[in-house]
Amino acid sequence: MQISVKFFASLREQMGTDEEMVESTAPLSIAGVWQLVTDRAPPENLLCSRNLKYVDWDESVEDGDEVAFFPPVTGG
Amino acid sequence: MKIEIRPSPYDPWQEVADFQATANKLSPGSYGACAVFVGTMRDFNEGDEVCSMVLEHYPEMTVRQLEKLAHNAMVSHGLLDILILHRVGEIHPNDPIVLVAAWSAHRSEAFNACREMMEMLKSKATFWKKEKLVSGERWVGKNTPA
Repeated sequence: MQISVKFFASLREQMGTDEEMVESTAPLSIAGVWQLVTDRAPPENLLCSRNLKYVDWDESVEDGDEVAFFPPVTGG
Repeated sequence: MKIEIRPSPYDPWQEVADFQATANKLSPGSYGACAVFVGTMRDFNEGDEVCSMVLEHYPEMTVRQLEKLAHNAMVSHGLLDILILHRVGEIHPNDPIVLVAAWSAHRSEAFNACREMMEMLKSKATFWKKEKLVSGERWVGKNTPA
């Protein structure tokens, strides 16, 4: 399966890209997606979404999903 | 209901007046209360002078979050209508950032809904601020507690 992965704000700068594609033939969780994009431990308080909804790190992903990682939000 | 992300400066008071004059659900005499919150950029934060900042967002998720919180407020507070605007891009001190306005028959629903929507927006909507200081740039790590 193919997963689109997006990064925002300070994490985008740390990763050096705003988006990349990952592939896996095995079942995958959000935490597994993170491990495919980097060897680093996730920064403290890092948030994640799947198809535009906040999810936990043990949420499973499916082919064609859009996953995003980002720091705590600071709008308003 | 109107929810928009604005990439350029806007006048929140003119926006409220224009929306109120044209929204189908806000015919004259139909509402008894309008509560408005406008968040404006400060020129200081955490003891430092802030020259400007850039507001980044996750466009599709941001709109979805704002639509969800507005819909929930409409239902739970029995509002007549809602207007939410939020800036993105480069912002300078005194520029309006966010506008949240709620119309209802009586004041309690409008006051409560306006506050509730702002707190939800601050905690859930996918925006991030990067400040430009005299000494360099920094990402804002967290919002000020309510």
